[in-house]
Amino acid sequence: MDWGTLKEVLGGVNKHSTSIGKIWLTVLFIFRIMILVVAAERVWGDEQQDFVCNTLQPGCKNVCYDHFFPISHIRLWALQLIFVSTPALLVAMHVAYTRHEKKRRFRNGEKIDIEELKNAKFHIRGPLWWTYTSSIFFRLVFEAVFTYVFYYMYNGYQMPRLVKCNAWPCPNTVDCFVSRPTEKTTFTIFMLAVSGICMMLNLAELCYLVIKICVKGSRKTT
Amino acid sequence: MSWGFLRDLLSGVNKYSTGIGRIWVALVFLFRLLLYIAAAENIWKDEHDEFECNVKQPGCENVCFDHFFPVSHIRLWALQLIMVSTPSLLVVFHVAYRENREKHHNQQLYKSPGRIDGGLLCTYLISLLLKAALEVVFLVLFYHLYNGFKVPPLVKCDLRPCPNAVDCYISKPTEKMIFLYFLVATSCLCIVLNLSELSYLICKHSIKCYLKRHIKKHQ
Repeated sequence: MDWGTLKEVLGGVNKHSTSIGKIWLTVLFIFRIMILVVAAERVWGDEQQDFVCNTLQPGCKNVCYDHFFPISHIRLWALQLIFVSTPALLVAMHVAYTRHEKKRRFRNGEKIDIEELKNAKFHIRGPLWWTYTSSIFFRLVFEAVFTYVFYYMYNGYQMPRLVKCNAWPCPNTVDCFVSRPTEKTTFTIFMLAVSGICMMLNLAELCYLVIKICVKGSRKTT
Repeated sequence: MSWGFLRDLLSGVNKYSTGIGRIWVALVFLFRLLLYIAAAENIWKDEHDEFECNVKQPGCENVCFDHFFPVSHIRLWALQLIMVSTPSLLVVFHVAYRENREKHHNQQLYKSPGRIDGGLLCTYLISLLLKAALEVVFLVLFYHLYNGFKVPPLVKCDLRPCPNAVDCYISKPTEKMIFLYFLVATSCLCIVLNLSELSYLICKHSIKCYLKRHIKKHQ
């Protein structure tokens, strides 16, 4: 079990998304989850083992590593992906609830085509519009928060080659060398860029939905 | 056989759950199971190799590690996930029993075997109570074994064969602490969901019973 389950859950939401939403899902799966699992995890795989400090003092390396990397990039990305995917669940739950209500009405005698109910694509209007729009809003907020947390925690997006550490028990100031800094910087910038693209897609989808509802509203009044 | 089995089990339970139950399943999948597999397992992967003591005495590191981590956080976490998901099996078994009974007698004995009423309601309520109780038990166990949910960067060890008191350094203490807090938060959220579902079901069925009796009196 791994990210595959998330894929199944989100795949279900795909049916009821707008076109921009479908593009967002594709970008999420291919350029974020897949890259994380196939490439980024290998790059960060040996991060502590290959973090070397210019001292023989036992414990110094552990303490310096913990000081400069309170939470690893790879874990932050995993958290970001989980949080960003969660609002889509709201939409899935709303759709499931609507389907359940229709089934209940059918059982109580109302005439509803059962085949149509099974394969129904729920159009984004009414209460579903509000759920869908809130889910996009929350996605945007989570993306922005995580991007900021990255920036704040690591003083930018560049991975330094050398960090100077003087935490106890290191004697005086000690040079510590990060493993694969260039490769890590490359992947950090890549993930940042894709996160930016996802934010733009979410923003575009939000604007599209708002404009659509305004246009509909003005058509009704005229 | 791996976590996929647990995933399938929980998906099966989803069918017979209330709305709150489905939220609980989603929470367990995304914020506990997926997080465990995608992130937490890697943090604790090399905990023993990276546990370093400021001494060359052979055996000292092993003894100190064993003393401070009798059962690793990550193993307790895995046990918690498994135990907390298991009470849902009671519901699955009961529904299977109902379906079997209907087949055996060759007639419809229940409105729907998966409908939460009568005996199945009791089973469901018991499973909710068990889930909440197990969550609390594991949280208390975590708290007592590790004196809270903090992971110190340094522990002082003076067990044989370590000569005198020796400084031992734990790897990635901050990251471990963050994820432990995450574990505690999601456990508490799950307990709240289980108790809300319990109250919801009890209220719903009490109101139903009361209305039935009220209607009978009037008739």
